[in-house]
Amino acid sequence: MDKRNIIVVGEVNNGNIHHVTYELTSKAAELGERINGYVEVLLLGYSINKEHIKRLFETGADKAIIIDNEKLGLLNDDYFVANIRKVLERENPYIVLTGATPQGRAIIPKLAIKLHAGLTADCTDLDIEAETDLLLQTRPAFGGNLMATIKTPEHTPQMSTVRPKVFKINENYNKKENIENIEFEETNSLIRIIEMIKSEEDNVNLADADIVVSGGRGVGNKENFSIIYDFAKKINGVVGASRAAIDAGWIPYPHQVGQTGQTVSPKLYFAIGISGAIQHQVGMKSSDYIVAINKDTNAPIFNIADYGIVGDLFEIVPKLIKLLD
Amino acid sequence: MKRLIVFIKQVPDTAELRIDPKTNTMIRTGVPSIINPFDMYAIEEALRIKEKWGDTEVIVATMGPPQAEEALREALSLGCDKAILLTDRKFAASDTFATSYILSKAVEKIGDYNIILTGKQATDGDTAQVGPGIASWLNIPSITYVKKMIEVKSDYAKIERLMDYGYDIIEIKGKFLMTAIKDLNEPRIPSFRGKMAAKKAEIPNWDAAYIGAEDKNIGFLGSPTRVVKAFSPPPKQGGIKTEGDDIETAKKLIANLKESHLI
Repeated sequence: MDKRNIIVVGEVNNGNIHHVTYELTSKAAELGERINGYVEVLLLGYSINKEHIKRLFETGADKAIIIDNEKLGLLNDDYFVANIRKVLERENPYIVLTGATPQGRAIIPKLAIKLHAGLTADCTDLDIEAETDLLLQTRPAFGGNLMATIKTPEHTPQMSTVRPKVFKINENYNKKENIENIEFEETNSLIRIIEMIKSEEDNVNLADADIVVSGGRGVGNKENFSIIYDFAKKINGVVGASRAAIDAGWIPYPHQVGQTGQTVSPKLYFAIGISGAIQHQVGMKSSDYIVAINKDTNAPIFNIADYGIVGDLFEIVPKLIKLLD
Repeated sequence: MKRLIVFIKQVPDTAELRIDPKTNTMIRTGVPSIINPFDMYAIEEALRIKEKWGDTEVIVATMGPPQAEEALREALSLGCDKAILLTDRKFAASDTFATSYILSKAVEKIGDYNIILTGKQATDGDTAQVGPGIASWLNIPSITYVKKMIEVKSDYAKIERLMDYGYDIIEIKGKFLMTAIKDLNEPRIPSFRGKMAAKKAEIPNWDAAYIGAEDKNIGFLGSPTRVVKAFSPPPKQGGIKTEGDDIETAKKLIANLKESHLI
């Protein structure tokens, strides 16, 4: 049987390879063992870190295909779609995996149409169907209230975007370095990325966080939110918030966890002064461990919390901060 | 005249969804339908652009069963000028590939336009694939996760797009598709006059033949993906629950987190 190409379309930010790229490379290598796969990682970016490229071979890549150009330093969707498409058409992959990041979710749906491929969004599990060798893609819908397993029987590539932090990186592959550099191909584009603005705060990347500390209505006002920030800093967490806190203007929208905000699944989630309406729950229910602190013993958040404290957050949180000193 | 096209989806109101504790499945009967929350920001932005430009028509469209007309009437009551319901049994079971094809064919049928707007994603499927998919079929640029319109003219726009590291400032020439997030605006509520007008409005139903959608790209047979199975995740249950806010309570929590290697 010929080798089946599995292509991971990687992500590069500021020359650094995003961790989801390694996660998918390791998963691709694992799936590849069952279907005679050949794992290629396609990277588009500018001034891509050489050490980061080397690590691809430790984490499962058979080959890296690199397009390194100044014009790929910012995310011009048109440049990315055209250049990725060219490589995918040449390599004719069986499976294509990409991170379900804002970047992946912007460009991969456009590629799937151009390639007439099946695409499954935001997968949280991947497997191979034994009888058919098809990719089984499991994803949440209705904010995680329903899971669906999806396959693409008659079209290749079988494409998935996968949530970051779902799969573990395996550093033990030690494959031989094999790099192909490809020239960037200029394409017409009617868009221009003028500037990439880093968030004024150090970290609002909730999707990547291991620990999220969220505050809600119970925090009371904007000034009081400093207690959430202090605790998050102490415990190395990222600050989140419920919709009530966002709508009240206590904290900006990129922090919102829930249906109209972000979906997070950290190892540890703190819901502080958050009652836990279903719209909030769908954004954080899949966290590994949930701690809830709320005055109201009937708050629905306690139904899903692994550890609940019925008490005054203004009493308990400062004590937690002190104990972590 | 300038034209804006807004695509919306009717979705079950998540706030009303309940899980049957015995079967651990989602109870869908009796759950009211609403306009997908993200689409409300797309509608609002279209109305704001219209107010800025003048001489602009806002067309709202959705694909769905006949009852999706309700969502269109709500959009009309907010101030959209015309509504179109894309409905045909042949559309049933369309995945995001087929759905974005059908919607792109509707755009072609509508004719000229300046901007297509839609929500970042629908709260039932959560895919975020249909917006960029429509743009791909139409060969126009798409800007996802739009948080701010800095400038918007009939053939030029300057936009902020939310990313995980911050945001991008983007310039676009000509027509494009954008997907809206909550940061973009605050949706209005319908006026009494709007409601009355929406009640009386004629909503044309467009089927596959009318928009020239080819069978090979629509419905179940036109969809590359297949659902193998759907299941409910294991129910999450509450664990330890303590009362009090003294130092002992705090100590116990920290000890628990350390034991579980969470900190």
